Amino acid sequence: MTKRFALGIFDDEDVLLHAVENVRGAGVKIYEVFTPFPIHGIDDVLGIERSRLPIAAFFYGLTGLCFALWLQIYTLGFDWPMIIGGKPHIALPAFIPVSFELTVFFCCHGMVITFYAISKLYPRWKTPVLDVRSTDDKFVVAIELKEGVDLGKVTQLLRANGASEVNEKEMSKF
Amino acid sequence: MATLTHHDAVTAEYLEVSSGTRKTFIWIIIAGVLVLAAGLLIAAFNIGGHHEAAGAAHGAAAAHGGAAEHHGSPIWLKRLIMSLWHSNVFFLGVSVVGTVFLAIQSVAYAGWSVLLRRIMEALGAFVLPGGILLFLIFGLGLINHDIFHWTMPGIMDPKSANFDEIIYGKSGFLNIPFYLIRTAVYVGIWAFFTHKLRQLSLEEDLNGGTEYFHRHINISALFLVLFAVTSSMSAWDWIMSVDVHWFSTMFGWYVFASWWVSGIAAITLCTILLKQAGYLRWVQASHLHDLGKFMFGFSIFWTYVWFSQFMLIWYANLPEESIYFNQRLGGFGGQYTWLFFFNLVINFVFPFLVLMTRDAKRQMIMMKIVSIAILVGHWSDFYLMLMPSTMQENNGYLIEIGVALVFLGAFLILMTKRLSQAPLVPVNHPFLDESLHHTT
Repeated sequence: MTKRFALGIFDDEDVLLHAVENVRGAGVKIYEVFTPFPIHGIDDVLGIERSRLPIAAFFYGLTGLCFALWLQIYTLGFDWPMIIGGKPHIALPAFIPVSFELTVFFCCHGMVITFYAISKLYPRWKTPVLDVRSTDDKFVVAIELKEGVDLGKVTQLLRANGASEVNEKEMSKF
Repeated sequence: MATLTHHDAVTAEYLEVSSGTRKTFIWIIIAGVLVLAAGLLIAAFNIGGHHEAAGAAHGAAAAHGGAAEHHGSPIWLKRLIMSLWHSNVFFLGVSVVGTVFLAIQSVAYAGWSVLLRRIMEALGAFVLPGGILLFLIFGLGLINHDIFHWTMPGIMDPKSANFDEIIYGKSGFLNIPFYLIRTAVYVGIWAFFTHKLRQLSLEEDLNGGTEYFHRHINISALFLVLFAVTSSMSAWDWIMSVDVHWFSTMFGWYVFASWWVSGIAAITLCTILLKQAGYLRWVQASHLHDLGKFMFGFSIFWTYVWFSQFMLIWYANLPEESIYFNQRLGGFGGQYTWLFFFNLVINFVFPFLVLMTRDAKRQMIMMKIVSIAILVGHWSDFYLMLMPSTMQENNGYLIEIGVALVFLGAFLILMTKRLSQAPLVPVNHPFLDESLHHTT
C-alpha cells in the first residue's frame, strides 16, 4: 500500500523537540520521527507509551531462575547424585552462581528476541528510508498525508517551527 | 539552542533549621537515652535472666584461641562499649561516604549530581567528631579489653598464661601504638579531604570561575586513591580485628560496600526530606531516579561481595575460616540466625524487588521506604559483624538501639548545621545547568 508523507527536515535536535511539541499541539498527527541518534525526551514529546519490555524481561529472568534451579536440583540431587566436597547433594549456595548466570542468559536472550520480533527486525526485512539524510546529520519528521490533511497547511506549520525544508514523498512499503 | 527552555535562574537558597526540627533531633537523642537506660537496667539486673550458662558457653567459644578466658567488664558495660563502637563505626562510614561520593562525582565530571553536592558535603560533618570519638571509645574498650581481644596484656608474651601464638604472629601489625597511628592516619586523611573539598566548594560559591572546579577534581582524585587503601585497612582494624583469629580477604570490600550503599541511602533520604520540606525545588524525579539506580545497583554489589565471602568459606569449609559463619548461623544457641537471614532480606531482596521498576525509583515514597530500610539493614549488618565475636551469647538490642538513636540525633544536628551554613545549591558550579536539565 502506498502512503504519502510530508517530510519536515530539521538541522537541530532542540528545534526538533519543540517543533514536535507544537505540531502535535496543533492537532496534526506525527507518523514517525527519524533521527541519526537517540534524542533525550523525544519519546515524551511524541507521546509514545513506555515499552512493556521490562515486564517481559522480569518473567524471562524468572523462567531462567526456575530452569537453573530445576536443572541443578534434578541432575545433582536426583538423577545422578554425587558427593562433592562432602556437601549435601542439593547444596544451594553452590547453585547460586549458575542460577544467576542462567537468569541473566534467559533474560537477555528473551529481551533481544522479543525486541527484534516487535520491531519487525528479522532477516531479509528491508527498512524503508524516507530520507537518507536522517542517517547522517538531519532530523526528519514524517507526517502522513491522509485524506483531510492539507499539504500546504502542514508545510506552513513545519516551516513556522523551524524546518529547513519540507518535502513530499510517496512510499510503497509502509 | 535558541529555543531551549530556560528554568528561572538559580538563586542561593538557604536551609533554615527551624526550632521544631531541632527539637525533633533532640527528641531522637532523648528517646535514645531512654531506650539506652532501659536496656542498661534490664542488662544490669539480668531481667529475664537467661544468661546463667554464660560462663560455660564463653569457655567453649574460646576453645579456638586457647587461653582466651578472661573476665572483662560486666555485661551491661561491655554491651554499652561495644554498641558505642558499632554505631560510631557505622555513622563514621556513612559520613565519609558523603565525601567519597562527592569526589567520584567530581572525578567523573558528573553533571547530574551538582544539585545534590551540598548534601554530600554536609554528610561529611560527622567525620571529625566520629574520628575523635573512635579514639575515646577505643580507650574505653582498653580498660577491660572489651572490644579487642588482642589488646589483652600478656597475650603476646610467651611466658604469660594468656599467651596466644596465633595472635603473637600478628603482633607486628596488631599492637596498640601502630593501631593508634593507623587509625589517626585514616581519620586524618578523611577529615582533611572532607574539609578541603568543602572549602573549595564554598570559595567557588563566592568567587566563581572554573579554577575551583579543576582543583576539586585533582584533590578528589588524590583522595579516592587514599580512600581506596584506608577504607580497606580501617575495615581490618576497626571491625575484622575483633575476630582476631579469623581473616577474610574480602572483608575490606565487604565493609566498604556496606558503608557505601548506606551512604547513598543517606544522601537519598536527605534529598527527599529536604524536598518534602519545600527545599531543592529543582531536584526532579530524574535525579531521584539516578540515586535509585545507585541504591539498587550497590545493594546488589553488597550482596555480591557478601556472597563471594560466604561462598568461598562455605565451600572450602576450613575450621579457622568457617567459625565466622558457624557463630552467626547457628552459634550461641541460634541467637544470630534470624539476623543472618534478615540481613539478606532487608539488604538484598527488599531493595532488589522494590526498586526494580523505573516508576519505583522515581517515586519519593518508595525511595524513602527503601533508603530507610537500607540504613536500618546495614546498621544491623555491622551489628552482625561485631557482636557475635565480642558479646557472643550475651547480646541484646535495647542498648544498641538506644546508642544508635543518640548517634543518629547527633549526626543529624551536625549535618543540618553544616547544610545551613551555605546555599543548598552550589550556585557557581560550571555544571549546574546540566543538573537543572537532567532527564533520564
